[in-house]
Amino acid sequence: MKPAFRDAFLSALVALGLFGTMIGLVTTTSPTGLTLRYRPEAVAIAVAVVFAGRLLFHLWHARHRPAPKAANAARIEMLRRGGKILAPALLVVAAILPLIAGRYYLDLGILVMTYVMLGWGLNIVVGLAGLLDLGYVAFYAVGAYTYSILSTTYGLGFWTCLPVAGLMACGFGVLLGFPVLRLRGDYLAIVTLAFGEIIRVVITNWVSLTGGPNGIAGIPRPTLFGLRFDMSGGPGTFAGFFGIEPNVTQRVAFLYYVIFALALLTNWVTLRLRRLPLGRAWEALREDEVACRSLGINVTNTKLTAFAIGAMFGGFAGAFFATRQAFVSPESFTFIESAIVLAIVVLGGLGSQLGVALAALIMIGGFEVFRDLQEYRMLVFGLALVLIMILRPRGLISGRTPSVALGTPKLIPTEQLPEAAA
Amino acid sequence: MTALLKLSGVSSFYGAIQALKSVDLEVHEGEIVTLIGANGAGKSTLMMTVCGNPRARAGSIRYDGQEIAALPTFEIMRRRIAQSPEGRRVFARMTVFENLQMGAEVAGNPDTRTTMDEVFALFPRLSERSAQRAGTLSGGEQQMVAIGRALMSRPRLLLLDEPSLGLAPLMVRQIFAAIRDLNRRTGLTVLLVEQNAFQALRLAHRGYVLVNGAITMAGTGAELLARPEIRAAYLEGG
Ligand SMILES: Nc1ncnc2c1ncn2[C@@H]1O[C@H](COP(=O)(O)OP(=O)(O)OP(=O)(O)O)[C@@H](O)[C@H]1O
Ligand SMILES: [Mg+2]
Repeated sequence: MKPAFRDAFLSALVALGLFGTMIGLVTTTSPTGLTLRYRPEAVAIAVAVVFAGRLLFHLWHARHRPAPKAANAARIEMLRRGGKILAPALLVVAAILPLIAGRYYLDLGILVMTYVMLGWGLNIVVGLAGLLDLGYVAFYAVGAYTYSILSTTYGLGFWTCLPVAGLMACGFGVLLGFPVLRLRGDYLAIVTLAFGEIIRVVITNWVSLTGGPNGIAGIPRPTLFGLRFDMSGGPGTFAGFFGIEPNVTQRVAFLYYVIFALALLTNWVTLRLRRLPLGRAWEALREDEVACRSLGINVTNTKLTAFAIGAMFGGFAGAFFATRQAFVSPESFTFIESAIVLAIVVLGGLGSQLGVALAALIMIGGFEVFRDLQEYRMLVFGLALVLIMILRPRGLISGRTPSVALGTPKLIPTEQLPEAAA
Repeated sequence: MTALLKLSGVSSFYGAIQALKSVDLEVHEGEIVTLIGANGAGKSTLMMTVCGNPRARAGSIRYDGQEIAALPTFEIMRRRIAQSPEGRRVFARMTVFENLQMGAEVAGNPDTRTTMDEVFALFPRLSERSAQRAGTLSGGEQQMVAIGRALMSRPRLLLLDEPSLGLAPLMVRQIFAAIRDLNRRTGLTVLLVEQNAFQALRLAHRGYVLVNGAITMAGTGAELLARPEIRAAYLEGG
């Protein structure tokens, strides 16, 4: 009991140090300029919350001695069954969302779906091949700008530009891949981070091509087999062709289905690749590079394809982003985007497709849901992330289904691995 | 007998440090050759140099009559040379089955199932554990996976770096018996690096002694076993 109190007291002390200025001082504008207002009562509450929380945490821990190892098999089995139902259920909900949801939720759905796709794309690089990439947003940007520039200067349509955007990003993936072939872990992370920033800086400064900080506006929307989604309802528009009232929701629903299809494509390709030699080589590379070499795997090509294919999906997502926003500027492609996508992948449990989708839903959807909390949103968000990582240190879904097996494949828990105990 | 693998005057370096000094070594078709030497003598380096990682800076490495010293590692390993590198290095999060599969896949072995059955016959323990993650196996079992994975490519030349590392004596005997059995039955050529000099020399047709990156002695297993300087340096208490 005593150490619990001591620990809670220390935590409260730290909280006092932090919150003393962060919460305790508020700047207000008064006729004489900025003045400071003091809020000791708010600090007291925050510190008390930390103290009580820490104490409760200790009590809870004391009561629930970790004894899950025996129940592990059962839990895994349950998880597997749950996963079997959950994945199709999510898919069905996602498929009929435009029919059941209003405009707001549909927009949110598009946003979530974009991140699901980005997560799945990055998952190829980070989750499967084990190459830590902190500059994924670069490919997103390349895809977005490729479409924006091609459509506004040459008048090309979305569907023509989509593959071009993917290929462009793919090329940049290889470009990044070459210099980092010999790097691993931290060093790789630093270089990819720099790469992401370089792309953004180039976009910001190459004004003649990209419009610089002003960005590119008036990017055309995608069409459905040539049918536009505008409000005139005339011939050549979706509403005109089908003889229905033009409605903004139609366009939003269409955009939703476009990103839904793109995300599904990403997932499908990933699942297929995992079963092919290339996908298995990625996973082997994540496990042990020396062993890969000793088996005759061409490590160079394996890494480059991981970067290239991961980047390609980032490029697709970027093109979609551009067409959805109808406007792009460098501001949309900052490091925080890379960080969010990486967080989604890690939170989802490196390598798990369902996990990534869930993590995107929780992170992006959850972030929106907490909009009412205003400035506390970031706090709640951070807290949620920390909680998830404490409760499930290997991500939401940490098992890995073997890609080949003698009998029926079983989900094997990562927790059983010795290093997971550390 | 022709030399399947022939190293002449091979030197390799780690940066400025010379790890191999003009090494001459031959492995004939159907032979078991062992390489013994103290820690840091350069045994693993020699094996890795054959695989092109690090690359030999001088000398020639001929395999099956062709110069391979300049080839990239993956090209070398696809010429039916298989290696079980030092320290097991199994794919920890992949299952035993997948580990073995990887060995066959890259080499393009068309008859994976038969080869796998052979590996399972050699190491029955692996067949019981085929759905288990390789990282959760015991050290000895992981060693079996590493050797089995190398065998999955149906190699002509098998390079084994300390297969007995960390194994119980009974297990060591079992692994050595498996190597002998493979060699007799299928004519598999083996280059074996071992700390366990006594057993390795008894198993091998011929042996080499590596000291500070240079070959100092060579001969048949029995000859080397009989030499007093070998007994003193490598077999004391063994
Ligand atoms: N990657 C490396 N970089 C620099 N030096 C290295 C590297 N690998 C090995 N060395 C050095 O090369 C020499 C030979 O090492 P090697 O691993 O070949 O020895 P070994 O005979 O296999 O030893 P052991 O019996 O301990 O496995 C050692 O002095 C070692 O320090
Ligand atoms: Mg060694």
